[in-house]
Amino acid sequence: MKISNLDIRKLWVPGSLLVILGLMSTLTLYASIYTVILITSILMYINLTVSWVIFSAPTRYISLAPAAFFGIGIYTSASLGTELPLVLVILIGALLSSCLALLIGALTLRLRGIYFTVFTFGLVELIKHLLLWYEIKFTGTRGRFVILVDNNTIYHTMLIILVVLLITAYLIRRSKYGLALWSIGEFEDAAAHSGVNVNALKTITFAVSASFMGATGAIMATRWTYVDPYIAFKAFYSFMVVLMAAFGGMGQLYGPVVGAAIFAYLEEVLITKFPYYYMLAFGLILLIVILFIPDGLAGVIDNWQEKRKGKQHANP
Amino acid sequence: MPILEGEGITKYFGGLAAVSNVDFSVDRGELVGLIGPNGAGKTTLFNLISGALVPKSGTIKFNRETITGLKPHRICRKGVARTFQSVKVFPEMPVFANVLLGSTFGRSTTPSATDAEGESAGLLAFVGLLDVIEEPAKSLTLANRKRLELARALATKPQLLLLDEMMAGLNPTEVSEVMELVVMIRFMGITIFMIEHVMKAIMNICDRIMVLHHGEKIAEGTPSEIANSKAVIEAYLGE
Repeated sequence: MKISNLDIRKLWVPGSLLVILGLMSTLTLYASIYTVILITSILMYINLTVSWVIFSAPTRYISLAPAAFFGIGIYTSASLGTELPLVLVILIGALLSSCLALLIGALTLRLRGIYFTVFTFGLVELIKHLLLWYEIKFTGTRGRFVILVDNNTIYHTMLIILVVLLITAYLIRRSKYGLALWSIGEFEDAAAHSGVNVNALKTITFAVSASFMGATGAIMATRWTYVDPYIAFKAFYSFMVVLMAAFGGMGQLYGPVVGAAIFAYLEEVLITKFPYYYMLAFGLILLIVILFIPDGLAGVIDNWQEKRKGKQHANP
Repeated sequence: MPILEGEGITKYFGGLAAVSNVDFSVDRGELVGLIGPNGAGKTTLFNLISGALVPKSGTIKFNRETITGLKPHRICRKGVARTFQSVKVFPEMPVFANVLLGSTFGRSTTPSATDAEGESAGLLAFVGLLDVIEEPAKSLTLANRKRLELARALATKPQLLLLDEMMAGLNPTEVSEVMELVVMIRFMGITIFMIEHVMKAIMNICDRIMVLHHGEKIAEGTPSEIANSKAVIEAYLGE
């Protein structure tokens, strides 16, 4: 009895993940176009949030740069989409974002705490205005048209990026580098004096995280058909990502996934029903999360499971 | 044969010379104490040796190789481990993971996962923390956090161990337990350079003592020489 119980428990997680993946990859066969588009937006937020969590959750460097890396992906698509195949455009978007992250990382990861956060926030504005200046001065236009890709392809690409991203995030967490990133978040100088090459590890992880944001931007742009720097580099995306990660909880990998999914759906509902007040609702939710569930949904579930375990021990 | 040599080490913080023109050397296998009044520059000297700070001038050699200006992780992998004055164990991490980090990253050659885990467990047994390996480090008492930090430092397989006030804040029983550990580590063949304010500890176990005052070395010698040195007594008590 005990052995079979154990086996079922072991199979439960990968089994249900496979079922979910199967349902999701065949979604376009049975769901309405609206559902596919809605879930694509949700996947976009999940991608951005999980990418953010790879770097910012263990190291506790709160980055507000997601919008910058996302925007780089969008602009890669806008400028190369007509000339190159989609796969290549996405890969280049990922590459450019990670190159920018390497540069930024090498320059600024010496900054700690709020200084790093403010810098990354400024970065989004800097790139936005630089690009605006470039477009007006040299190309003479403000925006660009993006080549159209059909909804199902966008959806499937987004899903593939998510699967690769989740596997990457899982492997990093489980590896020795996951442990090292965690130690950086706890006491950076003690980590360095224990042999961790903190600057290299931070910079490379920041770049890995950025590459997925760039890829997500590159595919997402094809749905919007027209972009300009104001659309591509919205600080709003950075804040949403941090909010979603905090709401879902960063202690477990499923936290940010669930947090992003709920929030993205909520955005969709609120924006159609209360177009003027939905930001207010987000603000309230953020306050409640920080005050009452600082470890997010995953933290609540962890606590609940521990309590249940405790009860089992108490009454065998 | 010296394992650690410093020549003309100088470090300024703004206009203040925290360490000024200090020469020192520690022989392989020796247990050397570093004492001095508050603000004498002891911790700064340790920060310079371990790479947390870079000296303005002077060279530091470890095993005859210049290590001045190297990053802390490089110096650690060469065989210099340290503990901190204010204990810096990773608070949310389990005790075991704290030590595992040191054995995984802190060595010149990366050990296999099994070796790293086995040796981490061995070190935790050595410092007496085997019962609490799954607890988060923050739940330990100060004395145990200091033991944990010591285990993490040892996990990097150091040749030289820099101990910054291991005994501070401990009660007399804990002090003698930690002193025993230090002596055992020394018999394992690890050279120890320690900053200490607890005179009982320093006088009993050190082979040699160095005294810093206002960033300068004012005396050096055996414990009894230091105890009778006029310069040292003046530095501590005033003229």
